[in-house]
Amino acid sequence: MNILFYLFAVLAVLGASSVLYMRNPVYCTLSLVGAFFSLGVIYVLLNSEFIATVQVLVYAGAIMVLFLFVIMLLNVETEKRFPFRWRPPQVIGAVLAGVIFVQLVGLFANPRSQTGPLADYPADRLAREGTVETIGQLLFTDYVLPFEVISVLLLVAIIGAVVLAKRRVKNEGTEGQ
Amino acid sequence: MIPIDHIMILSAILFAIGVAGVIIRRNAIIVFLSIELMLNAVNLGFIGFATHMHSMVGVLFVFFVLVVAAAEAVVGLAIMLEIFRNKETLNLDEINLLKW
Repeated sequence: MNILFYLFAVLAVLGASSVLYMRNPVYCTLSLVGAFFSLGVIYVLLNSEFIATVQVLVYAGAIMVLFLFVIMLLNVETEKRFPFRWRPPQVIGAVLAGVIFVQLVGLFANPRSQTGPLADYPADRLAREGTVETIGQLLFTDYVLPFEVISVLLLVAIIGAVVLAKRRVKNEGTEGQ
Repeated sequence: MIPIDHIMILSAILFAIGVAGVIIRRNAIIVFLSIELMLNAVNLGFIGFATHMHSMVGVLFVFFVLVVAAAEAVVGLAIMLEIFRNKETLNLDEINLLKW
């Protein structure tokens, strides 16, 4: 079980890092799909089957396919004319990412940040009552207000996307479409 | 049981790769992909701590982050389509309309 975690952790890091150096955006997106799928496996190992399913369905399935659609729609070939080189912004970016990594590790690996009172959903209770049932129950009782708010957020996103992507007709007289 | 340290280090690695991608790459879509990667790194941190602390709050938070990420991707890609229609490029160095 631990071996599976390390295997898929390495796969996730490989897939994520190829986003950094691959030229073709399609390859970047597909490798990121692989990384997200590996993260889904890690979620299963962490007893979060529901989130793992949502990860594969929504992230690897829907959002990344949306990215692929846009990339293929736009036919982005411009980056081939600007090959990657180590210029000052790139060096600064790499150094900054390293600094953030060190700080995050220092913060998370600190034993003091990992202690606290345990909540009342241990793994055996989740296995007995069901993860999805527990999430659904919490979502419609304690967290019903955030749940309704994100439904409004999704509605706003849909309307915004439709308004933005609507093709405007340039002819005079026909205002919009 | 997977040690919480290792999950957090994986999360930090993924987040740092995302930060580097946002700063280094100049293609707007790749920058967007890196932002998604950072959101996923944070999700991994939430799930790791939720399992470690026997809590459900982290799992619910991941659910909300997923919805926000979906909304952000939809609107962001629509904006990108509009920029590409107007400027015929997605290179972030050439999108400088606000810089007069």
